[in-house]
Amino acid sequence: MTVKNMTIQDIAHKVLDNEELFLLDVRTKDAYQDWKIESGNFSYLNVPYFDLLDGVEEIMEQLPKNQPIAVICAKGGSSQMVAEMLVEEGLTDVYSVEGGMKAWSEHLEPRKVSDLKDGGELYQFVRLGKGCLSYMVTSGGEAAIIDAVRMTEAYTEFAEKLGVTITNVFDTHLHADHISGGRRLAETTGAVYWLPPEDAGEVVFNYQPLRDADHVQIGQSHIDIHALYSPGHTIGSTSFVVDDKFLMTGDILFIDSIGRPDLAGKAEDWVGDLRETLYTRYKELSDELIVLPAHFMIMDELNEDGTVAERLGTLFSRNHGLNITNEEEFRRMVTENLPPQPNAYQQIRETNMGKISPDHEEQREMEIGPNRCAVR
Amino acid sequence: MNAAKVLDAKGLACPMPIVKTKKAMKDVEAGEVLEIHATDKGAKSDLTAWAKSGGHELLKHEEEDGLFKFWIQKGE
Repeated sequence: MTVKNMTIQDIAHKVLDNEELFLLDVRTKDAYQDWKIESGNFSYLNVPYFDLLDGVEEIMEQLPKNQPIAVICAKGGSSQMVAEMLVEEGLTDVYSVEGGMKAWSEHLEPRKVSDLKDGGELYQFVRLGKGCLSYMVTSGGEAAIIDAVRMTEAYTEFAEKLGVTITNVFDTHLHADHISGGRRLAETTGAVYWLPPEDAGEVVFNYQPLRDADHVQIGQSHIDIHALYSPGHTIGSTSFVVDDKFLMTGDILFIDSIGRPDLAGKAEDWVGDLRETLYTRYKELSDELIVLPAHFMIMDELNEDGTVAERLGTLFSRNHGLNITNEEEFRRMVTENLPPQPNAYQQIRETNMGKISPDHEEQREMEIGPNRCAVR
Repeated sequence: MNAAKVLDAKGLACPMPIVKTKKAMKDVEAGEVLEIHATDKGAKSDLTAWAKSGGHELLKHEEEDGLFKFWIQKGE
């Protein structure tokens, strides 16, 4: 009997399809508590692999006998070892998760959000491991990518499959939780790279400044991307209204939370902007707009079909962060008792400005862990 | 720092640095120090947690040009 492998894509589908799985996570207790594969239908056991070097007898009682067991670690080496030990103990349905949490952090799952007019389409790329959401808008053979993550091949391969050319790449703001793939994607495809200039003061490369009320057309059928200046998470944060139907909110507004204003060290300065954006600017928009954020924090924010999207009007009634009438209370909520900041967020900001150029392996390490861009 | 033994775990990927460390620790007396050289980035958090769970003490660690050095004192 040998150990079977389970791919990260298998795991992603189990998460999105609400399937059951027993996950034996053999990373350290700290790593597990900080970040793991979340699913309401998974059962979990965390025992560090180094506590199992002398044998797995001690944990056999805690493992199910009639259910598949997936063993996961940081990169896939230790899970293989532990899975082999479990097979030697007589368990048959045991898998080692290929690539471990590192692969989980990098996996993207494209989901179609909607058709657009004249044959256009809107896709959401769900990065389950980090909660990052990015988008592809297609129309008339062209594509725009919004808030691309580091794994740019996912977009170029998908565009090729759809037979569209990436012509415009946008970032809603200067990201602090993950390394943007925008610049690289624009370089490899020859697309225009748009950034809000207020966030790009320190960037060391050329970009196309995106200003409030700018319109960018995608394809001959005129899918319209309308920039809406919406500061608060960062000073330059800009939302996009696509085709008068979809509101891409970046890190300003999420489904069950709102953006935090402190990741560039300016919580006190930006809290007023954040409130103005959420309570005045967004209030003036149609309730019927579908909000498409740049992140999700918990699996409950996913819809049945695996997308993360909700009517703006629904968020105004249900999202706690949009329902704090007292300004002082709002200020306290977004500046005090904030969750820990994302791993390596200062280095990530500098990478996104082009000031430092860490190699591939370093970039992976910097992105380990959850995104933590929100306050609830 | 005086190490009773030096373990070369360079170029080894997880879980081998810990597997070798555990084995090497058997050749060291309580109170003595094992010095470990590794290149795996995960070694730091794993060795720290392993030493703690095994009752050993991570006295010191250094990093230079991708080489990690650890000094672990064996527990009683």
